[in-house]
Amino acid sequence: MRSRRERSVPAPLLVPAVLAVAFLVLPLVGLLVRTPWSELWPQLTSPGVGEALRLSLVSATLATAVSLVLGVPLAWVLARSRIRGRGVLRALVTVPLVLPPVVGGVALFLVLGRQGIVGRWLDEAFDITIPFTTTAVVIAETFVAMPFLVISVEGALRAADARYEEAAATLGADRWTTFRRVTLPLVAPGIAAGAVLCWARALGEFGATITFAGNFPGTTQTMPLAVYLALQQDPESAIVLSLVLLAVSLATLLLLRGRWLGRAGAAP
Amino acid sequence: MSLVAEVRVQRGVLHVELDVRVADGEVLAVLGPNGAGKSTLLRVLAGLLPPDGGRVTVDGEPWDDVDAGVHLPAHRRRLGMVFQDHLLFPHLSITDNVAFGLRTRGAGRREARAAAAHWLERVELADLGARRPGQLSGGQAQRVALARALAGEPPVLLLDEPLSALDARTRLTVRAELRRHLGEFGGSTVLVTHDPVDAMALADRVVVVEEGRVVQAGPPGEVARRPRTDYVARLVGLALLPGTGEGATVRLDGGGRVAVAEETAGTVFVAVRPESVALWPQRPEGSPRNVWPVRLASATPHGATVRCELAGEVPLLADVTAAAFAEMGLAPGAQLWATVKASEVAVYER
Repeated sequence: MRSRRERSVPAPLLVPAVLAVAFLVLPLVGLLVRTPWSELWPQLTSPGVGEALRLSLVSATLATAVSLVLGVPLAWVLARSRIRGRGVLRALVTVPLVLPPVVGGVALFLVLGRQGIVGRWLDEAFDITIPFTTTAVVIAETFVAMPFLVISVEGALRAADARYEEAAATLGADRWTTFRRVTLPLVAPGIAAGAVLCWARALGEFGATITFAGNFPGTTQTMPLAVYLALQQDPESAIVLSLVLLAVSLATLLLLRGRWLGRAGAAP
Repeated sequence: MSLVAEVRVQRGVLHVELDVRVADGEVLAVLGPNGAGKSTLLRVLAGLLPPDGGRVTVDGEPWDDVDAGVHLPAHRRRLGMVFQDHLLFPHLSITDNVAFGLRTRGAGRREARAAAAHWLERVELADLGARRPGQLSGGQAQRVALARALAGEPPVLLLDEPLSALDARTRLTVRAELRRHLGEFGGSTVLVTHDPVDAMALADRVVVVEEGRVVQAGPPGEVARRPRTDYVARLVGLALLPGTGEGATVRLDGGGRVAVAEETAGTVFVAVRPESVALWPQRPEGSPRNVWPVRLASATPHGATVRCELAGEVPLLADVTAAAFAEMGLAPGAQLWATVKASEVAVYER
């Protein structure tokens, strides 16, 4: 009897909780209900959709790769080095997490645009223009998504026992060797989880992309942009595109829960 | 040749000032309570902590010299270190763990693996090479850690509480094996421990460290027989009584007198072993020269005997058999008489 009472949820908590679940789940159910299942295949195979999907996957993957190459070392610096102003550095790095992506897009445009500080120099010296290209899509997505990876990997590094690195040092390993052969394998689950989060965020990126890269089918129109555009002209295809993104998101979540978050959570 | 170190480190309120010297083939035990600065000393020797002052020299080569601005980083010091909780790399096989130091110091993969297999054979774990550290028992893991530390054949071996994470029975067998390997090891060994049994069983020489200073140094037997501080006395289970020698008796600083077998003068320590103290419910007949009224403060079973802590003018420890303890109906608070033969009392200069 007693255990049953302890397990029951008080009404003031239960009712809002149920409402919250309904609020989060109902829109997704609505999406499924309104899906024109018979037209699913023709819609999916129409040239515009395939192009947007391919562009989205490629740019999100490239953004994740760039984030890994730059973000893992940054996370190491934040977690392990003793440089001054680390707190400020961490705050700066996490700004894109809370910044409205549109603002990020504007900022990127001001720096890398043709009249921008770096953009003008690139244009004059190398004849390179970044805005409104696929490169711009990758840059915008990296800007928004990399902090997710950095924060996740930094957390994994802090949780990892730094004494393994001391043990490696007593075995003659310098810091770079230690990083490659000890630290990296130890935090691999954290890096993988961070990379998936980063990839999912890059895949859904809208604001910074449309501001900095524009909305050109084939070069910069990713899935979220295509969904937004389709909703105004052809709602049914917007539903189909949304369904694809939902499926990709759910797959990501399953991957995270089953493979990496579970293992990372179980590690001491 | 040897390890010579003068280490000065300020860690919060603790000022560590330790000078140690270890010859080739010698095992030095650094014995002391937690927070005495033992591990700090070891971290400095390993290069993991730069000292605030002093120098560390190995075979004439300076590893640390604060005045000259010399600090060799940890990975360039030729040493092996064994940690309390083994710290085997969980993502590498046992063989690769043992081969790790050889690889970082430039050996080829096959050569390092072969050497690792040889070392695993020496710690009698040859058939576990393919396993991961998580699949080993605590004792096995610590033996692998020892093999990993020794595989580079370093001139210096540092052992940081190598046995204290093991259960009592495993500790016994690993200690015996460690003793064998230390006997074969040609370099200088520094063993940090808070367990006097480890120090007695493994070391050629013991330094006792309290609050960052050496309070006693000597061969293990000497330290055990003639402790100079309460900490060491408690560790080795002796009652330590400071006093002043007056011929064949010692006037204790805490009050009371003790008859001793040899004549002494000046400030001395009196050490009484618990097994030489006899307890009586009444004042014993005859005229034993050392007889004191005591109160039983506490009693803890110790195998077949009971270790009794006795309060009174002369505080003592006494071991009585469990049978005698029960027969006398002893309980904390009991008023008793304690006797000790003068010939059983050790007395030495302070």
